[in-house]
Amino acid sequence: MSGQVETATMPNRRGSLTLTVGLVLVGLHVAVALLTLMWTPYDPTGMSGGRLEAPSLAHWAGTDRLGRDLFTQIMIGSRIALIVGFGAVAIAATIGVTLGVLSAFATRYLDDILAAAFDILIAFPTLLLAMLVVAATESASLFSATLALGIAISAIVARLTRILAKRILSMDYITAARTAGASWPSIVFRHLLPNIWPMLAVNFALQFGLAVIAEASLSYLGLGAPPPNASWGRLLQEAQGTVYTAPFGAIAPGIALVTLVIGMNLLADGLRDAGDPTRRGRQ
Amino acid sequence: MSLLDIRGLTLSTGGQTLVSDVSFSIAPGERLGLIGESGSGKSLTALATIGLLPRGFRVQGSIKLDGHEVVGASESAMIALRGATAATVFQEPLTALNPLMKVGKQVAEPVVRRHRRAGETVDRAAVAREVHSLLERVSLPDIDRIVKSYPYEISGGQRQRVAIAMALACRPKLLIADEPTTALDVTTQVEILDLLSGLVREDDMALLFISHDLPVVARVTENVVVLRRGEVIERGQVHAVFDEPKHEYTRSLVDAATAFDKALGPAR
Ligand SMILES: Nc1ncnc2c1ncn2[C@@H]1O[C@H](COP(=O)(O)OP(=O)(O)OP(=O)(O)O)[C@@H](O)[C@H]1O
Ligand SMILES: [Mg+2]
Repeated sequence: MSGQVETATMPNRRGSLTLTVGLVLVGLHVAVALLTLMWTPYDPTGMSGGRLEAPSLAHWAGTDRLGRDLFTQIMIGSRIALIVGFGAVAIAATIGVTLGVLSAFATRYLDDILAAAFDILIAFPTLLLAMLVVAATESASLFSATLALGIAISAIVARLTRILAKRILSMDYITAARTAGASWPSIVFRHLLPNIWPMLAVNFALQFGLAVIAEASLSYLGLGAPPPNASWGRLLQEAQGTVYTAPFGAIAPGIALVTLVIGMNLLADGLRDAGDPTRRGRQ
Repeated sequence: MSLLDIRGLTLSTGGQTLVSDVSFSIAPGERLGLIGESGSGKSLTALATIGLLPRGFRVQGSIKLDGHEVVGASESAMIALRGATAATVFQEPLTALNPLMKVGKQVAEPVVRRHRRAGETVDRAAVAREVHSLLERVSLPDIDRIVKSYPYEISGGQRQRVAIAMALACRPKLLIADEPTTALDVTTQVEILDLLSGLVREDDMALLFISHDLPVVARVTENVVVLRRGEVIERGQVHAVFDEPKHEYTRSLVDAATAFDKALGPAR
């Protein structure tokens, strides 16, 4: 854990700046994603210009090799990325935190079994695991890709939760509370989760980014969201062949991906600082 | 009948026996010191008493807390027993409080729990008043500020007072204090010790006081049990043991403590 007290005002200002930038970046993507439900500049599936046009006022990000507007596809990609990212992290958090806390509370025997299971699952590449899950479902869809990534990531969350929880559970205030007759739900919800939450949140942001990237890979393999739900990963893959003649086809979705992933990480950092009284500024 | 009755307690883990055949008892209102060098098994014995040993320990013998057998008891039985019977104060003021919860809220928790158990309705103003009076009892200054503070915003000694207030909030029959002053400077140590022994007397609580310092133990308890490598090697009235240690090991503890004792001043 980091230092207990930060007296300088700098970190606080930095903290709120982090939060603001994170909020703006993620908020922008959320706003765009919501907008695409009602309106897009062009029809994402129809030709709206020449092939592989460079960015212009009419086509902010140029067009792809079928003459479709790239900016429109990137906007829709925001929606896909947010659904996959939030969905996968929500699934991973639910499964992972539950199993991790359970493991930390369990008898040594059960704990050993769970810990070994987490390690084995983590040893599988996330993508491979996700492919297996998708293969086990009926057909590839946005839902199956999200579920697959959520399950694959849950082992990572579970292992982290277990380690963090064990450290907190060995603290004197937990023992004191237990001596005083606190029940385990009260320990978990009042003491344990609030104290491991900051570390988990930062990890969730990281996993969010990895999920978005992994979904792109799944899409490439035909296991992600099927067209016309263009994910950034598919745009990147399509642009691969023409990266020398029309580099913007790869750069634009790349920028979108990077801003969302960075924004989410900044947001998590900012939220963690805001939730930690030792980091938060006093009036 | 004893409040706490430990018979032939043996604790082992991974083929190692860390506490062997320890027996002692504490009557209601009695103050007992458990003394011994670092690693002699004092904390393990205390944790066993309340059924909170780390996982993987084998417990043999019998521990009767307020007439209930602790060894082999279910967790739900222990939750009910612990709350009504025992409370603990630990050595390290830094980890004694939840760092993310304001002091007032933290002290309120055992207060609310006690009222709920008794089947009483809990009203917030009454809880706040009780929290305030508990913090007054542990002689904290500036209580209105402290209830709104986070643990990192108050001093180590103040944190330890808060921890004691939380233990008092349970109205336990037995207070277990595991080296509650070791991490504090000498003056603060004396203040906390005197506070603790005063409170224990006022509330007629029994006290299991753990320390490696004989003078510290002498200040708050009348009887003492000396542990060494997990075995009881000497026991009796604290001043008798202090003045005429029978065992070589106890004598070395006394010698080591004599210089320190001067700094502490006369016992109350
Ligand atoms: N979870 C554990 N697993 C294995 N051994 C342990 C565990 N906890 C404590 N021990 C060992 O048990 C012995 C007694 O430990 P204990 O904590 O009771 O000592 P202590 O008398 O309280 O010492 P101190 O004065 O340093 O607090 C030590 O040798 C310690 O290494
Ligand atoms: Mg100890």
